[in-house]
Amino acid sequence: MAGINHAPPPFFKQGPAPLALLIFYIAISLALFVVDLRFRSLELLRQSVALIVDPVQRIAQTPGSLVDHAATYLQGLHNLQQENSQLKHAQLNTAPNLQRLAQLEAENERLRKLLSVNEREKANGQVAQILYTARDPFSRKVIVDKGQQSGIVAGQPAIDETGVVGQVTRVFPFSAEITLITDKDQAVPVQIVRSGQRSVVFGLGNGQLELRYMPANADVQVGDILVTSGLDGVYLPGFPVAKVVNIERDSAYSFARIFCVPVAGVENFGEIMVLNPRLPLPEAPPESVGRGSDSGEKNGQRPKKKRAAKGN
Amino acid sequence: MQPTFSSSRILQPVRPWFIFFSLIMAALLNFLPTAQWVGMPDWVALVLCFWSVREFRRVGMGWAFMLGLLMDVADGSVLGQHCFAYVLLAYVSAALSRRFLWFPLAQQALQVMPLLLATQVVQVLMRMAVGAEFPGWDFFISPFVATLLWIPATFILLLPQYRPEEQDPDRPI
Repeated sequence: MAGINHAPPPFFKQGPAPLALLIFYIAISLALFVVDLRFRSLELLRQSVALIVDPVQRIAQTPGSLVDHAATYLQGLHNLQQENSQLKHAQLNTAPNLQRLAQLEAENERLRKLLSVNEREKANGQVAQILYTARDPFSRKVIVDKGQQSGIVAGQPAIDETGVVGQVTRVFPFSAEITLITDKDQAVPVQIVRSGQRSVVFGLGNGQLELRYMPANADVQVGDILVTSGLDGVYLPGFPVAKVVNIERDSAYSFARIFCVPVAGVENFGEIMVLNPRLPLPEAPPESVGRGSDSGEKNGQRPKKKRAAKGN
Repeated sequence: MQPTFSSSRILQPVRPWFIFFSLIMAALLNFLPTAQWVGMPDWVALVLCFWSVREFRRVGMGWAFMLGLLMDVADGSVLGQHCFAYVLLAYVSAALSRRFLWFPLAQQALQVMPLLLATQVVQVLMRMAVGAEFPGWDFFISPFVATLLWIPATFILLLPQYRPEEQDPDRPI
């Protein structure tokens, strides 16, 4: 293309003024920002853009994963044999408990039936591969390779082999976004194994978790294990979440500052299990319980019993 | 198309497909796993800034907005965060483009630095205003790295526009 036959700059027809355009685009951007943050009603827009972006992003991730594969391939026979023997050893260690687990569960179920307590839900789910971490430096999220196609819905908890990793927050056609428990203000209802005390653990955004709103004289010790309490209707009870590492008791404040680290390899790459959504919890009792009303009493009793059963 | 003050070379007109191609490549570079490294520049912001300075009639705020939306979805950040920053970047660099191009490359880079830094700062302010954690000071290293890359980026992105050194005396232009 010679330099001579290109179009001259348009002197008169230049479209809207730049400032008008700027204000227009900035207004749209701010509207998007607010709507996405406060109302979460733009998932369709996000999903349709993701339909184009997602395959490209996966392709862009391939060089890295190829290097990883090559590294593991070259790791050598010796390492693998060592790992294999370690795993066999670990399996043998857990065998006595595991072998009796089925019998114990059956027994538990029977006893619960005898006591007419609701049966424990079983944990089922599907294994998903972590594809990559979301690039957003303000949050802690990972993308996994299962999405709407595999029936994943937002809200499902995700665990790895040692404990809770996070929760599905967005679902795309072929992938899903999991917000890690260490994300800022991501909350998990927990219970301290040693004392049975219930609380909620919050992510701090720096890889740690904090047990908030515990009184300064609360019975918490360094090394305590926190497991899910199951009160939220999202996480099944009993999964390890975090371990207490540091407690600051300051008499100037009414609450102790309790810091924990996650038990699961939250920041690791690998495979995780996305648990199926829980069955809906029984309805909460109405705010003002009429003493005489039959239904209110019935509804009010059920969760109480369940809680008592879990505390033990 | 605009010749710079210091260069005696006259450039060929830009090919629109090359602008498109370079922006897509920049987005791909952003998608690479290396984007997690500290100090990795925001390639899209750099290339967008370059074309907004050079070809503000072709690459404007509309492009900036679309690319911002793309990066928002790809990053998993709040929609509108990159859009806002990129649109602002495109506007300011287009407004200052006539000034920029009178300077030699090193000084151009120096003037581009505040723009790229502002792109990051705007994003941090937006997210912190709605309660996100401060991402740490290393988040602000990347605009400085991008500034250093202004000179090589200019060379690479103008490569298809350079005319051959030995010219036909019958056709001086």
